[in-house]
Amino acid sequence: MARGEAAPAWVGHVLVPLVNLALAFLVSGLIVLAIGEDPLEAVVILVRGAVGFEEAIGYTLYYATNIMFAGLAVAVAFHAGLFNIGGEGQAYIGGLGVGVALLAFDAHLPLPILLLISILASAAFGAAWAWIPGYLQARRGSHVVITTIMFNFIAFALMNYLLVNVLIQPGQMSPQSREFEPVAWLPFAHEALGWFGIQVTRSPLNLSLLWALACCLLVWLLIWRTRWGYRIRVVGGNEPAARYAGIDPAKVVIATMCVSGALAGFVGLNEIMGVQHRLLLNFTAGYGFVGIAAALMGRNHPLGIILASLLFGALYQGGAELAFEMPRITRELVVVIQGLVILFSGALEHMLRPRIEAMFRRPAPAGGEG
Amino acid sequence: MRASLPITIASAALLAAMPLAAAELSPAVVFDMGGKFDKSFNEGVWNGIERFKTETGVKYREFEVTNETQREQALRRMAQRGADPVLGIGFAQAPALEKVAKEFPETRFAIIDMVVDLPNVQSIVFKEHEGSFLVGALAAATSKTGKVGFIGGMDIPLIRRFACGYVQGVKHGNAKAEVLQNMTGTTPAAWNNPTKGGELARSQFDRGADIVYAAAGGTGVGVMQAAKDAGKLAIGVDSNQNHIHPGTILTSMLKRVDVAAYNVFKTAMDGTWKPGIQVLGLAEDGVGWALDGNNDKLVDAGTRAMMDSLRADIIAGKIKVHDYMSNNSCEG
Amino acid sequence: MSQAADVALLPPAIELVGIDKRFGAVHANRAVSLAVAAGTIHGIVGENGAGKSTLMNILHGFYQADAGEIRVDGTAIAVRSPEDAIRAGIDMVHQHFMLVSTFTVLENLVLGVKGGWRLAPALGRARRELLRLADEFGLEIDPDAVVGDLPVGPRQRVEILKALYRGARILILDEPTSVLTPAETARLFAVLRALKARGVTVVLITHKLREIMEITDTVSVMRQGAMVAHRVTAETDRESLAELMVGRKVPLGLDKQAARPGDVALAVRGLSVVDDLGVTRVDDVGFEVRAGEIVGIAGVSGNGQSELLAALAGMEPFPQGEVRFAGTVMTPALPGDPGDLRTRGLAHVPEDRLGDGVVGAFPAWENVILGYHDDPAYRRVVLIDRPAILADCAAKMAKYDVRPADPHLATHGFSGGNQQKLVIARELERAPSVLLVGQPTRGVDIGAIEFIHKTLLAMRDAGCAVLLVSVELEEIMALADRILVMFEGRIVGEVAGETADERTLGLLMANAAEGDGDGSR
Repeated sequence: MARGEAAPAWVGHVLVPLVNLALAFLVSGLIVLAIGEDPLEAVVILVRGAVGFEEAIGYTLYYATNIMFAGLAVAVAFHAGLFNIGGEGQAYIGGLGVGVALLAFDAHLPLPILLLISILASAAFGAAWAWIPGYLQARRGSHVVITTIMFNFIAFALMNYLLVNVLIQPGQMSPQSREFEPVAWLPFAHEALGWFGIQVTRSPLNLSLLWALACCLLVWLLIWRTRWGYRIRVVGGNEPAARYAGIDPAKVVIATMCVSGALAGFVGLNEIMGVQHRLLLNFTAGYGFVGIAAALMGRNHPLGIILASLLFGALYQGGAELAFEMPRITRELVVVIQGLVILFSGALEHMLRPRIEAMFRRPAPAGGEG
Repeated sequence: MRASLPITIASAALLAAMPLAAAELSPAVVFDMGGKFDKSFNEGVWNGIERFKTETGVKYREFEVTNETQREQALRRMAQRGADPVLGIGFAQAPALEKVAKEFPETRFAIIDMVVDLPNVQSIVFKEHEGSFLVGALAAATSKTGKVGFIGGMDIPLIRRFACGYVQGVKHGNAKAEVLQNMTGTTPAAWNNPTKGGELARSQFDRGADIVYAAAGGTGVGVMQAAKDAGKLAIGVDSNQNHIHPGTILTSMLKRVDVAAYNVFKTAMDGTWKPGIQVLGLAEDGVGWALDGNNDKLVDAGTRAMMDSLRADIIAGKIKVHDYMSNNSCEG
Repeated sequence: MSQAADVALLPPAIELVGIDKRFGAVHANRAVSLAVAAGTIHGIVGENGAGKSTLMNILHGFYQADAGEIRVDGTAIAVRSPEDAIRAGIDMVHQHFMLVSTFTVLENLVLGVKGGWRLAPALGRARRELLRLADEFGLEIDPDAVVGDLPVGPRQRVEILKALYRGARILILDEPTSVLTPAETARLFAVLRALKARGVTVVLITHKLREIMEITDTVSVMRQGAMVAHRVTAETDRESLAELMVGRKVPLGLDKQAARPGDVALAVRGLSVVDDLGVTRVDDVGFEVRAGEIVGIAGVSGNGQSELLAALAGMEPFPQGEVRFAGTVMTPALPGDPGDLRTRGLAHVPEDRLGDGVVGAFPAWENVILGYHDDPAYRRVVLIDRPAILADCAAKMAKYDVRPADPHLATHGFSGGNQQKLVIARELERAPSVLLVGQPTRGVDIGAIEFIHKTLLAMRDAGCAVLLVSVELEEIMALADRILVMFEGRIVGEVAGETADERTLGLLMANAAEGDGDGSR
């Protein structure tokens, strides 16, 4: 790429990821073999567990929703040259925003207004949490990688404090709030489809998937079709050029971090309003970090992130089924398999890509002697 | 909670009418996020059901959750597959278990550390404050500096219940004694951070404590190591940890989750399983303090007598140990 | 080596037959053939983007040709990697050095050379060999010096030594003099002659015709990916080579009318700039530029010209002074904003176009709006108006002859000259009242230089006030109506354009002239 050589687009965008994926599964298969299970059977369980029945598809899409939000958050920041690894904390605080809003209003307002408030609250809380590292980067030069990861821990501590001391449902053992009134529950997919007479098995999949897809479109428009996105990409592509062009990199960095944090905050919308229906601890479960892998794998493009999110969602759900069906495949091993996929398709991307692209690079030989 | 009376009776009758043959029993367990090898709570359960497996030859299904949503998924999947009884480990499973137990009224469920009030659910909770009171009193009687420490895992109400009972025990033994308190962290990682546990213990020793009570799962391993290195004493938790460093572990506050888990499966097999709440305190031997060959030199005969009478007083209700959970406060 | 017939009779050390190479849409080499006789110095000239470097990178195994054959000493060989090339005795000194700057000279030398896993004996052998080679070819160097501490000239010597150490008999040098001072260039040429005398074949890539005439035996000219001529150097001259390179007659010298200065368009008073380290880079500078004149700032690179330009363009705040322009004043309290200055008619062609002037990864059309991206003409409601910008870009590319005229091509895929044309098109097409230009022809080929110079003069004649910063004295003298000389941040002299000569300016630039400092107030 750096040399300006080009293989057909489908090679880079489709074939290489597929080969990487196959390689990851091959190595996983060897590990499964080593612990004495049948790798082929494992693959069948994994795939069937991820997409083989309605409930599985529901879970896969539910996980994909979270990963999409987190992946978009990473991608937006990346276009400004920022590596936001604080998605986990921003998602957590975004969820706090949803929780506080719904605890305050669920008894008084109808669902559409509650949904609007929740979207705004998750965005505002997530953005605020990302604003601080953004500000520190832009005005104080504290590297955003360090500060965002530190803010993850602060988010955990803050949430813990609030749930144990302030928001806890009295008399509860669990540090979690009361359940929201059912009016404040974002309809599940099985409910929504039920309105149209389509019966599907229940799963945690809810309407926030639609919002995630809408966010993909909005992010695409923002980054490639607006001058704000143009400014973001100039700052990320060449900061001195931004200064030359009269773009204040500091302002762009802060604004981009806020957008990034808002997107991460929507993980809280899916989890708190869509699935758990109460504020509780640890609902982010590492989605903020998987989002980094999804953004890398999806080349920071919304379309790529959708595909990568579906893959990771399928791995999450299929992996759970695998751990369920094959007792010897523990959840740690499932994490290993997921890790191998990330390793091959993210970190080792450049191991195979040049070779595969070279194979397809040669155009028809241009005549003989000149 | 909302189940109507006729259904309750019907299902109770149904349950009573099906003492399953041993061969057909297919128990299942859903571990919490700590995982079954957390050297503490989940592992205690695992020990209990492994004992059940070796004794009866009955295999069980298991699952370790990795995120909030999987709890419900795993419980439901177990029930769908015909598992019975289904045992959920940890208070955090309560909402999911409540939901799934309603969907499968004919399946027997059990939960440890939390109450789910349904006709097909057995809830097992422990009076950790009572056991902690006893070890607190022992610490007060043993301490030479008049300062003792407490190191919790994650800062959640359950651990505050431990801390609160412990403080009451210490004060009961020595009203002027001081209790240093630290929590390891605010994430589940706090259950398995021996390095930080060791650091917190050393800092408490530096501040004058000579006995530290670790209610922190795997983190306690570091606390006990630090105590051994500093020549001080530590108190273990959940299972009997006296053997880890004989002579350093003053005692262990026993919380018999292994027995509880074993009993769920065993009673289900024998047909004596009953729904409802079991509160296991000192009286039921659900909690207690450990005395064995590893620590008998640390506890002299007079102290043993004192501990026995304290235990008897609590069981008899002469000493009231305040439960943090009753009002979300350590102030009675 | 003066007869073409002699060259043809010798067995060629390298022969390239029908080399063809495409990068996507760009046809970089079109069936190129070339033969270089053993023990000669062969020059390859051509404009930027003519395909010289691609050809040599194919010979060196860095790229693979789509078609064609490489023969060394008459035998066809396969060169799939630089290792293959080195095995065949071909090595290359790149324009950007490939040395590990934290290693010593000796350590760099043994880098990538096989010879057992233990370092000490290899280093001992290498030291002996290094000293022998250095002695033989006049490449004196301290084997234990850390490369990062060395100036550019000695670093280049390390690269040549590395090639010789690896057994190169055919040495390719890509624009070796672009980073050297005249004295260092002379020294390099002495080394090349010594190499030639000992039978090493040298291929020299350059676009400086003076050097071709000075050092080479034979020369090949490339244009737009094709080999257009092979010449014996002694039988040709600069003018005809220039014509071959560009493909048409290149007039030497510009047709320049006398300036008709108008009102003051840019006034600078008492301006000082301090860098991040607290060093004063511009020291109490004052001057005026009038509409319709070109004021040149001459000086050895690094004497504050870059900082002056950055301050005037509103990119750097300054602690002292004021700049008046188009009814606004920039002061330390009221720093300029480049976006605001642009809307008031200030255009800026920056010195370092890839560093400041464009985003390399962007396609050309996105760089054509850089700095003007807030222009309402470029957007529809909130979305940017792609068709409008693409049309604008295509029009500018046509008017300024940017090649290839593909708005979608990534900007770093264009040659330096074409990147510069893109920047100039962007900045000049808005008819600015003040134009700041830094090093307008750095890394730009002959044909484009002429075009850029003519464009700047046309701007002046149209009434624009032009401030030109260049380290090329020839350029300053050809364009500027008044020349200011900067030395250590101060303006140390002013010379009228028509009376300026290289000697006077050279002395001022070295601050050797006495009592001639009217710039300080």
